[in-house]
Order: sequence, then structure tokens, then C-alpha cells
Amino acid sequence: MNAHLPAIQVVLPLLAAPVCVLLQNRKVVGVWATLVAWASFAIAITMLVHTMEHGTISYALGGWESPLGIELRVDVANAFLATIVTGIASMVLPYGPGSATLAIPEDKQYLFYTAFLLCMTGLLGMSVTGDAFNVFVFVEITSLSSYTLIALGKGRRALTAAFSYLVMGTIGGTFILLAIGLCYQMTGTLNMADMALRLQPVMGTRTVLVAFGFFVVGASIKLAVFPLHQWMPNAYTHAPSVVSAFLSATATKVSYFVLVRVVFTIFGAAYVFGTVHFEWLLMPLSIAAMFVGSIAAMYQTHIKRLLAYSSMAQIGYMTLGLSMNSVEGLTGGLVHLFNHGLMKGGLFLVVANITFRLNSSKIEDMAGLARKMPWTSLAFAIGGLSLIGVPGTAGFISKWYLVQGALVKGQVWLALLILMSSLLAVGYVWKVIEVMLLKPPTDRVENTKPAPLSMIWPVWVMIGSTVVFGLWTTWTGTVAEVAAETLMGLR
Amino acid sequence: MSGPNPMRMREMVVVREISRLLIPFILLFALYVQFHGDFGPGGGFQAGVIFAAGLVLYGLVYGLDALQRAVPPRLIEVLAAGGVLIYGGVGVASMVMGGQFLEYKIFDPHHGEHYGLLLIEAGVGITVTAAMTAIFYAFAGRDRARDEEAR
Repeated sequence: MNAHLPAIQVVLPLLAAPVCVLLQNRKVVGVWATLVAWASFAIAITMLVHTMEHGTISYALGGWESPLGIELRVDVANAFLATIVTGIASMVLPYGPGSATLAIPEDKQYLFYTAFLLCMTGLLGMSVTGDAFNVFVFVEITSLSSYTLIALGKGRRALTAAFSYLVMGTIGGTFILLAIGLCYQMTGTLNMADMALRLQPVMGTRTVLVAFGFFVVGASIKLAVFPLHQWMPNAYTHAPSVVSAFLSATATKVSYFVLVRVVFTIFGAAYVFGTVHFEWLLMPLSIAAMFVGSIAAMYQTHIKRLLAYSSMAQIGYMTLGLSMNSVEGLTGGLVHLFNHGLMKGGLFLVVANITFRLNSSKIEDMAGLARKMPWTSLAFAIGGLSLIGVPGTAGFISKWYLVQGALVKGQVWLALLILMSSLLAVGYVWKVIEVMLLKPPTDRVENTKPAPLSMIWPVWVMIGSTVVFGLWTTWTGTVAEVAAETLMGLR
Repeated sequence: MSGPNPMRMREMVVVREISRLLIPFILLFALYVQFHGDFGPGGGFQAGVIFAAGLVLYGLVYGLDALQRAVPPRLIEVLAAGGVLIYGGVGVASMVMGGQFLEYKIFDPHHGEHYGLLLIEAGVGITVTAAMTAIFYAFAGRDRARDEEAR
């Protein structure tokens, strides 16, 4: 049974999505999708435990052995990522789309769940596949369904946001396809491991260099690396909050993973950092993202936009970890991938609660909210502390690894920059907390009541786990370190 | 909408009669492309597009209502979902019978590949037909949806 898990991981949500269309009833579909997400989560955890103990699982699709056929290849890093994607989905789905936040009538909302499960299929496919062309196919599945999900946001701007993401996303997808085409031309294979071997003798050619460039730019658009982040603030602001929670916690993370795979698995660290000196480009851009994102977040009046710019800064930390080209740095990046998924997913769910009651996501409308929605506001505060990286929260752990990565290489200035940008996060988090806690309540706030319990528990599971993983770091630390070592080929 | 003296498509005798003659052959050709796909050029995707083209032609000439009476929007949704389920179902069936996902050999050592491919291509054809028609419905029904909103 275990041997089939990689295929089932992708096939389960893929087949569950059309079933949603057949079931049609909104409530039934909601329960069905949630059960599917939980089952996928169980599969991902089983794979993670299996790979930690027994190493890589390889699955030959259709019985065609690699490198001829499509190979699903799950090592610790893949399983770790699948766990994150399914875990976040399991928390977001019971929440439901929150009927008030969708632009489509209730009797059409089963399509939301269909698109959601397809998006999950794509993300899981990207996580488990060992085939380069398969990555492109799943990138497209993810992208197409996420355009739909974003366009479901209320208000016409959701459509323009989805459209501009569509344009950027298509460019990104096309670049990835071009890169795969060029690599295929040079090697005659699509299997990533095989491709890596066959690229070795032709490493010096310009074709390979161009392929690497296309790969990096394509993945960076999807990942929203500064300055290719333009689509992100609008998309996250105008999408339904639940969708923002899911996409911010998973889609950019999977794109990060694709970038890491391209760097370490296909081209290899020796080429990327030794010959091309990718870190000379990636490190300044990451640092710029950390600062520009945090500073831009401070000036936002819209809470979702604030969180979106904060995501841009947090992605900067992840790519910084990659650019360090060390086990410590990559571990930091992967730990942050997990931790940021939890906190940003949790924070967007908090925002979903607030907009559900207030019907507004402007920060000024939240004056005095701490008195009316205490649990929701407290969840925001804890999530915010985690974004800053206060000890005892998950955010601290990722920054700890990153600072360690910088210090191991003797780059004290880099460690200082990481700490300085964390201070900027205090600025934008405090800005919201100040309004919630200290300002006198407006009429709008006076008339609200706390969010229903069914909307509070998923928030607290996510926010609570940022504290749990801030105090108990053995699991995340070990898994991320093993994943980093696997990715860098040290295991 | 279309000029001062719109002449409806269904009133144009030539267009109407020629389409009436052509549509069955378009659909038949789609089926040929579908089932001949494993010996010659073609397959589920191409066949689906051709089949949908036949439906769209019917819709253009006889009107959206006539087409939706023949192929209701809900049926289109069910077909779109059903095609994917056929494809995935074949994969799951091969897994249940002890093979890998989509390992057709497991069905029958000699003809397994043939049957498996035929089935999944049928799934592709159904979904593509449904998706193309759904896109046509979405665009053709746009004015109507807007009118309803205005009312």
C-alpha cells in the first residue's frame, strides 16, 4: 500500500474535484472536500514518516520505468511539502468559503470546492513528481484553478487582479516550459535525476545557461520574488480571504520548492553557485524584498494588502536561505516555508473572520475591535508576533536558522540585516494592533459580535501551532534539516 | 444588436439547410477522429473539439435556446466531470487490480494497452467536448445574464 501513496496523493483530490460537480449540494460538497483534504493530509504524513525511516519512494506511473516513463519521486523534502499543502488545506476547507465573501450565488458554490481541490491537486503534483514536464503540467493546473479562485472574490477588482495574475502567471509558465524544452533538447530526457546526469557534459553551453535563466525567472514569477511580485498584492487583496489564506500558505511555497529543485537537483550547486554565481543576483534581491516588502506593508490601509506585502518580505527570507548555499541556510528557508505557511494562513483566516463580521478590510474600520472580537484579535496579535520573530513563536525559529546560516559564513552584516528587517515588521504589526486595541470603537465595531465558534477554531489551530512549533522545534528542525541535506545531495 | 435590420441566422435558408446537412457529418467525423486516434492522427482532445464545433454550429444557427434544449448546461457540467472520472477511474482500476496507476497491461496482457487507451481517450473526448461547449455557453449567455441582472 505504501508504495502507491505518491500516486494516491495526487489522484485523490484530482478525482474528488469532479465528484464535487456531481454532488452539487453546497453543504454536502463542503463536507466531502474537507474529508478529502484530511485523507490527503493523512497520506502526506504517512509518506513523511516512511521517507524519514526508509528513504525515497519511487513510483513508475503506468508501469513504465524511469527515465522513460513518468516517475513520481518522494523524498523527505517532497513529503514535507505535501504535508504542508495538505495540512493547510485541511484547516482552510472546514472553514468553507464563507458564503458572504464569494461573488457567485450559493447554488454555484460547489464550483469553489472543485477549483480548490484542483488547485490542491496541482500543488501536490508539483510536490511529488520527479519529471520536469510533469512539473509544468501541474504548474498549469495550479495556476488555472487559482485564477478562478481569485476571480471569485467579491467586487469587480477581483477580476482585474485575477487577470493580471493570469498574464504574469502565463508568462511564468511559458518560461518554465521553454526551459524544459531547452533542457530536453540538450539531454533528450525529462526525468529530473536523469536530466541532471546528462547535463553534466554540456554544462558549459549557452543553451544550458539560457535554460537556467528561463527556469529561474519562470519560477520566480510564481514565487513573487522581488521585483516580480507585482501580481501578488492585488491578487491576495481581492481574492476571498480563505483563498488568500490557502494560496499565500501553499502556492508560493511550492514555487519556492520548484526553484530549489531546479537549483540543486537539475543544475546542481556547483554550476549555479560556482559558475553562474546565482547568489550575486538572488541575495541582493532577497534583502531588497525583506526591506521593500516590510516598508510597503507599513503604508497600507487595507489589512489584506498589508499581509500581502508582508508575504513579499517573508519570501525574501526564504530566498535568502537558498542563496546562502549551505545546509543551515536552506534549512532556514525550508523551516520558514513551513512556519510562514502556518502564520500567514492563520492571519488571513483571522482577516476572514474580521471581514465576515465587519464587512470591511480597512484597518481604520477595526478601531477598538479587541473589545468586541477578543479571541480573533488575540490570534492576530500572536500571528503578528510570529511574523516579527519574537522568541517563543515559530517565526523566531526560522530567523534563528537564517542568522546561524549567515554567521557560519562569517557574514555578520547579513545577520544584522535580518534582525533590522525584523524590526520593520514590528512597525506594520503594531500599526494594526494599535488600532484594534487602543482606538475607541466606531459604530460599525460597536454593532458587531464575535465570530462564530466554527470560524474561530481553525484560526486557533493554525495560530496555536505557530506557538507549538516555536517552542517545540525538534520536529520541524529535524525534518527541514534532513530535507535540506537530501536536496543538496548530501544524503 | 447587430445593425438596423438584423436578419436572423435561422431565417437564412442556405445557412440553415447546409448546417442541417453538415452537423451529423461533423459529429461523425469527431467520432472517427476519436476512435481512430490509436491508429492515425487524432485522439480525445481533437475529437472533443470537433464534436463541440458541431454543437456550437447548431447553437449559432438555431439559437442558444435550441442548443440548450438538446444539451442542457447541467448535462455539460456532469459530462465535464464524468470524463475526468473515467480517466481517473481507469487508473484506479488498474491500481486495484494490482498494477501501477494507469498500467493498462494489467487488464489484459495482449489488448490491455488498447482498451486502456481507448477508455481514457473517451474520457478526454467527453471532457473536452463539455468544456468547449461550456465556454460557448458562458460567452453566448453573457448578454442574457446581464439583462437578468439589470432586471
